[in-house]
Amino acid sequence: MKTPTCLVFTVLLSSAFTLFAQQDDTLKLKPSYFEVNAYVEDNESCLRCHGEAKFVIEDPNTGRSTHELMYHERAIDRDAFYSSVHRTFACTDCHSYDFNTFPHPVETRVEEQFLCMDCHGYDETFAQYHFEDIEMEFQESIHNIEEFTCWKCHDPHSYRAFMRNADDLAEAILYDNNMCLRCHANFDRFTLLTDREEIVVVDSHDWLPNQTAHFQSVRCIECHTEINDSILIAHKILPITEAVQNCEECHSKDSRLMHTLYKFQSLEERKGGFINAIMINNSYVIGANQNILLNRLSFIVFGLTFLVIVFHIYLRIKKQKNS
Amino acid sequence: MASTKIYLYPIWIRLWHLLNALMFLVLIFTGIMLRYAAGSQGFIPFEVSVAIHNVCAIILTINYGIFVIGNMVSGNGMYYRKWRKNILPKLWKQFLFYAVGIFKNEPHPFPITKKQKFNPLQKVSYVFAMYFGMPLLIISGLGLMFPEYISNTVFKINGLVFYDVLHIVVGFVLSIFLLIHLYTCTLGDKPGTLFKSMINGYHEEHG
Repeated sequence: MKTPTCLVFTVLLSSAFTLFAQQDDTLKLKPSYFEVNAYVEDNESCLRCHGEAKFVIEDPNTGRSTHELMYHERAIDRDAFYSSVHRTFACTDCHSYDFNTFPHPVETRVEEQFLCMDCHGYDETFAQYHFEDIEMEFQESIHNIEEFTCWKCHDPHSYRAFMRNADDLAEAILYDNNMCLRCHANFDRFTLLTDREEIVVVDSHDWLPNQTAHFQSVRCIECHTEINDSILIAHKILPITEAVQNCEECHSKDSRLMHTLYKFQSLEERKGGFINAIMINNSYVIGANQNILLNRLSFIVFGLTFLVIVFHIYLRIKKQKNS
Repeated sequence: MASTKIYLYPIWIRLWHLLNALMFLVLIFTGIMLRYAAGSQGFIPFEVSVAIHNVCAIILTINYGIFVIGNMVSGNGMYYRKWRKNILPKLWKQFLFYAVGIFKNEPHPFPITKKQKFNPLQKVSYVFAMYFGMPLLIISGLGLMFPEYISNTVFKINGLVFYDVLHIVVGFVLSIFLLIHLYTCTLGDKPGTLFKSMINGYHEEHG
């Protein structure tokens, strides 16, 4: 089909079909959305379908209609979007106006997407986030393959800066790990980017004792990235052969976790006489968390006991010599 | 020189004691390795310490069960009963013997007989070690072995912190007990006499 014919066909289809959401849109619009976004009603022209689990297409000429499920990859959760880092945006800030046409022209499917660096790079406003360093790390990462973009992990419609503002670290860890599992626990998504064999995360970590406790207490990137002190979250994902498998990297006084998971959290948040005390807010790492008072007390008690025994032996030897 | 020879340590006690001692020593060593893990500078890798510690802990726990059941079904349990009766004066008397009397060749205030295997200090320390310390050590150890099954908070503190600190404190106290136990075992007629008893089962005293 030649391009002009295709365009005509698209226009005809657009006028032929009426598209509407299943329920009353106004019920879904919470006051909190309007507090953060000036384009809520404009955005509804997209979200009335993309914000729903299903939608209806009706042909006004025949009166026939059909229910369709919204493909989950194209679904946008309103709550998630209006609490994300991009909550102030209109859909068309990033997406083409061509999306206002339905069915969407095929060109929109392959539109060039904005990436993090397009807006955030080399901009003083965002300097504190070190996007340039993140980009550089990504370039060196094993994730730097064709079609792999920031969005593969950071869904721009729902991304929240969880770690930076984490009140509940366990929730932040879950959020972070789910980013990895989106592909690494979903082989269909995984195959979009690679021809590698399926990785079963549980099986590939069967060497790890107390697997559940580890998965709940640390992020995948604790072991699968290279430490970088200049950015909050390391983005240089290492090849599997370079992943941390040495327990002492975390389970020791100089725990790696203090340079990764707990790097930017205030050491003042929790003390209580423990080494690497900040970890105790969320977890407890044998070897890394030692109670300083108990350490000192144990040396004193052991030392005194030893001295008493040595003194007793001395007196016994002296007595034996005298007799 | 008159000597007395009493059969005090039946074979099951001696085997239990031997296994208990070996496991305890390995557990102390691997426990220290885990507690003070020092990366590549450690004697043995962390994961090896964990594996050895876990296996020995399970053996020690089963062995402890044998001890408790053995004490219930054999006569050995009587040596651990009625330990509170008039205890303070008895403890003081025994303490004075170890501190002073032993250097003046005074007779043992509580000589060992078939009915009285332990002196008051031994009795109290053994009761505390075996019936208070060991259960706490085993329970806290199981909590650390299966952290998925322990509650997140115990007495308003992180569950893992609670179990680990309890495990370390009790383990340390029992290690000090072991040190003193080993030393007091050299206080027989000769330094090796009491160790020999735990091999052949007979307590020997030369009058």
